[in-house]
Amino acid sequence: MSQPAIAVAGAAPFKGKRPATRSFWRNVLRRLLQDRFTMICFGVLMLIILAAIFAPLIAPHDPYRTSMARRLIAPGDARHWLGTDELGRDLLSRLIYGGRLSLFTGFTPVLLATLIGGALGVIAGYVGGAVNMLIMRVIDVFYAFPSVLLAVAISGVLGAGIGNTILSLTLVFIPPIARVAESVATQMRAQDFVEAARATGAANWRIVTAHVVPNVTGPILSYASSLISVSIVLASGLSFLGLGITPPEPEWGLMLNTLRQAIYVAPLNAIIPGAMIFVTSMCFNLMSDGLRSAMDVKQ
Amino acid sequence: MLIYVLRRILYTVPIAIGVSLVCFALIHLAPGDPLSSIIPEGASPETVAQIRTAYGFDRPLPVQYLKWLGHVVTGDFGTSIMTRRPVLSEVLPAIANTLTLAAAAVTFGFLLGCAFGVVSGYVAGTPTDRAVTAVSITGVSIPHYWLGMVLIVVFAVNLNLLPATGMGEGGSGSFGFGWDSLQYLILPALTLSVIPAGIIARSVRGTVAEVRKQDYMQTLYAKGLPGRRVFVHVVKNALPAVLAVMGLQLAQLLGGSILVETVFSWPGTGFLLNNAIFTRDLPMLQGTILVLAMFFVLINLLVDILQTAVDPRIKRA
Repeated sequence: MSQPAIAVAGAAPFKGKRPATRSFWRNVLRRLLQDRFTMICFGVLMLIILAAIFAPLIAPHDPYRTSMARRLIAPGDARHWLGTDELGRDLLSRLIYGGRLSLFTGFTPVLLATLIGGALGVIAGYVGGAVNMLIMRVIDVFYAFPSVLLAVAISGVLGAGIGNTILSLTLVFIPPIARVAESVATQMRAQDFVEAARATGAANWRIVTAHVVPNVTGPILSYASSLISVSIVLASGLSFLGLGITPPEPEWGLMLNTLRQAIYVAPLNAIIPGAMIFVTSMCFNLMSDGLRSAMDVKQ
Repeated sequence: MLIYVLRRILYTVPIAIGVSLVCFALIHLAPGDPLSSIIPEGASPETVAQIRTAYGFDRPLPVQYLKWLGHVVTGDFGTSIMTRRPVLSEVLPAIANTLTLAAAAVTFGFLLGCAFGVVSGYVAGTPTDRAVTAVSITGVSIPHYWLGMVLIVVFAVNLNLLPATGMGEGGSGSFGFGWDSLQYLILPALTLSVIPAGIIARSVRGTVAEVRKQDYMQTLYAKGLPGRRVFVHVVKNALPAVLAVMGLQLAQLLGGSILVETVFSWPGTGFLLNNAIFTRDLPMLQGTILVLAMFFVLINLLVDILQTAVDPRIKRA
């Protein structure tokens, strides 16, 4: 469409955030704060995150220090509250330190995938045509793999390590996020207010940043927040298979992997690290659910 | 309808080619020489070059890809480096075992998910609904490999009711419908069913709540239809969407069972993949991933076609 170069008198270029957008997010925040269930989850998560950040101050023992004499002590011990692992390392300390890697490898892929997938989706949806075709067909190919299989395949080929875990999970999460972004951005392109912006001569960059991105942000955030829990379970799962974090680093999935050998001797010790993965993933999921209902304007 | 099916199948062809490209590329992404595990240490450069030629690694990549694709299309997935047997003859029995596990898990998941979903969809918005929803969220967020360990501790170690791992004495060859075999299936299938159960419960809840909001529900009640007859209408309208979710979950489980198979030493594709990764048996890895991904594409295709055939509301665009 040709864009008539008419300068509308008095139509000063728009600066700053749109007030409507700000009040929407303020409403969401207000509803979230009123949701007691969500706030409890938030509290539990903050506890785990703070414990991980301040691990050196909180952990009662050195998480790397082994002791052959103190192997697989059952939980409830006076010195080792949650017992020790197969090499005599203090479980509680390793769980506290383990939060660092587990949260990092769980959260980073979703963040990266949201940025990359979101950008790809917005470009595909807004530009349309051949560009859309090209981007979305490539996305479709990666979407044609079961997600766990794709993560295992990439990690398996590249080898263990933090970087490879993050890379493989990012690749797993880009396609679904890009699809969400693309479908919303495509709808936006046909909206009257985007047409109007184009008619007044707004540049593409202007339209994308002022109209498309603010409208795509909500659905993407809502979807990406639900992926954090999946990502934490998958990242620890890769370590559990021996494809993620490498020993002797403390990480919940890896701890579960090494303690699995002791499942008949010390079942309680073997199960404890998984409970941490469960609680964390559950809290993220419930919070994402709370966020979704807080953003649901229809309610 | 026929035209729709044909178009949908045609649309799958480029996806399948893309998938094969990714599987091919995976091997070349691998750090180090893909032949490093078969070339003996201290081999002379001539021997190395000979092996490279024998495996076709000396040719340009596009040529290698087309040659490989030609073999794959005719059912030749190469030879496993570790077992020296054709990859396909290793993958097919493993796929059968994984399918058995996945089908059992989806059946459990469907029953659990429908029960939870229908209850919470009928009472949408009440505290009961919130409680049921919380349970289904638990299903989606639980690390299933950990749940498997917990189930082993409870049912195999403490109660001594069910076997902890494996597939029974005869392995997959003598697996049948008797208790001797099925008792090995219960724990892994239950473990694997929590994710589909959670997802199916969510989608059933949404669909049932949606259907019950429709105007014709008022009409059905107004003309005096008893509750259970109305329920039949709810089921009829909700079923296509739920079946589609179930099909997609079955497809996801084909690849998603690797963690559970590891916990329970179930001799399926996950087990095969795990072995292939740690022995760096790249042809095996490539073949297993390709077969699984193709199954995934195929099931997605079938689900799409079936859903369109069953539900006239979906436009055959």
